[in-house]
Amino acid sequence: MASDDIWILGIAMTKFGKHSDKDIVDLGAEAVMAALTDAGVSMREIGVLAAGNLMGGGGFGQMLQKQVGQTGIPVYNVTNACATGATALRTAIMAVKAGEVKFGLAVGAEKLAGAGLLGGGGSAKKDGNKWEPKGRFGSVAPTDGRIGTDTMPGTFAQVGMEYGHKYGGVSFELFARISEKNHAHSTLNPMAAYQKQFTLDEIMNDMMIAYPNTRPMCSANCDGAAAAVVCSGETLKTLSLEQQRRAIKVSASVLTTDPYQESCQVLPDVNTLTRNAAKIAYEQAGVAPSDLDLVELHDCFATAELVHYDNLMLCPEGGAVDFFNSGATWRTGSTPVNVSGGLESKGHPIAATGIANIWEICHHLRNEAGNRQIADAKVGLAHVIGLGSACGIHILERSGR
Amino acid sequence: MSTQIPHVNYLELGDRPHLVANECTGCGARFFDRRNACANCFGTEFRKAAVATEGVLKAFTIVAFAAPGVPVPFVAGIVDCAGTSVRGNVINVDPTPDKVTLGMKVRLTTYSLGTDDEGVEAVGFGFEPAS
Repeated sequence: MASDDIWILGIAMTKFGKHSDKDIVDLGAEAVMAALTDAGVSMREIGVLAAGNLMGGGGFGQMLQKQVGQTGIPVYNVTNACATGATALRTAIMAVKAGEVKFGLAVGAEKLAGAGLLGGGGSAKKDGNKWEPKGRFGSVAPTDGRIGTDTMPGTFAQVGMEYGHKYGGVSFELFARISEKNHAHSTLNPMAAYQKQFTLDEIMNDMMIAYPNTRPMCSANCDGAAAAVVCSGETLKTLSLEQQRRAIKVSASVLTTDPYQESCQVLPDVNTLTRNAAKIAYEQAGVAPSDLDLVELHDCFATAELVHYDNLMLCPEGGAVDFFNSGATWRTGSTPVNVSGGLESKGHPIAATGIANIWEICHHLRNEAGNRQIADAKVGLAHVIGLGSACGIHILERSGR
Repeated sequence: MSTQIPHVNYLELGDRPHLVANECTGCGARFFDRRNACANCFGTEFRKAAVATEGVLKAFTIVAFAAPGVPVPFVAGIVDCAGTSVRGNVINVDPTPDKVTLGMKVRLTTYSLGTDDEGVEAVGFGFEPAS
């Protein structure tokens, strides 16, 4: 029988960072084993596996089964850009919600340490000996660098600057201060790839990547994995009191893509689909932005964090700069954002990110976050954006049992 | 006699170089590449539409770190050309935040990408300060 309420029974992440002795299967398996232990269930009970990995060669789910248990269950190998992890979780949730399985397992794993610049390709751009029109735009020569930029830091720099053009108030220093906050937060997170505090001067004087994003304002490429076990409320009732106590309610699980907007043809629109997903999520959960005790949002670049304050309606429309300047998004503020350190310091192993940010929220809701615990956290929101675009939002609440 | 070829097929050369979009006859949405149906209204008829050559810089970045073979720094931006957003570089300007600003007026300009072995010159476009 289909059930409406969905619970995270177990969830785990590996430490993010450089794991040169482990491949994606090792990392994924480490997260899966820990999530199963956390949930108190075995692979035998899992009815579906949704496995996210973006940069590997495909077939990750089946490789993972061979590492942790081959039971013949369906595997969905999932890719959805930087929203891959959230999409895997959403896939497992849909299977449970449809009543097809009792327990669903979602995992995301990525090896990204040392990957360097993302977007625009790694091989040298070179003109040929003859101008020949090729591809969708009939281009006779590479366009990256001649007609705008394909790089991720440059793309998201423009996203932040576009917000500034629309509403005013942005500056290099403002964006750097967002990064300063997240790096400060990371010092309390032992799972983060980097736990180094940066001064504003250090951030602004670091290597420029794509103005206004310097290196510490960009997400950190690293290795990592995260996994979660989900079940329905009906199933949860049959489990132990301890499992019920630690289970986290998934009050909203939403995935959107970008609807047509005039300028999305030339600059990916990460705003409309986030706002749409947020509206649906708040309605599903019966939660208002002001109810959120903490938010993990997709700060792939400092310039991106700003626009999502607005897209997630944490502030009035057009008010993201004032909202940040008020101190609201520091861990001591009214709406702590990215207390994990965010993608800029915790790191961004792409497919793992969309589950790891939910792990962070769950960790606080279970009151297990140690010295970075947000006191008495009851409800939190996790958001990811995959460029192209896809947006995943999950609202999570503690059980109260 | 030298011949020219545009960098991309939506750049129209000649006396007054300009960009040409595929415009949905139903809703007016514009696309620089081909579509089977309009992304906005699903209409299937398109006409060619000339894009305004002057506009306002509504977003930019100064790329300092790019793929191998891409000269840096350069200014990548989005220009609002009378309601049509265009992706392009801002050229003929110092690539610094002092010289490139949000809201600045720019106009389309062209430049040579070089000549190939058969003597054909490729011509690209960018936007330069208009004031």
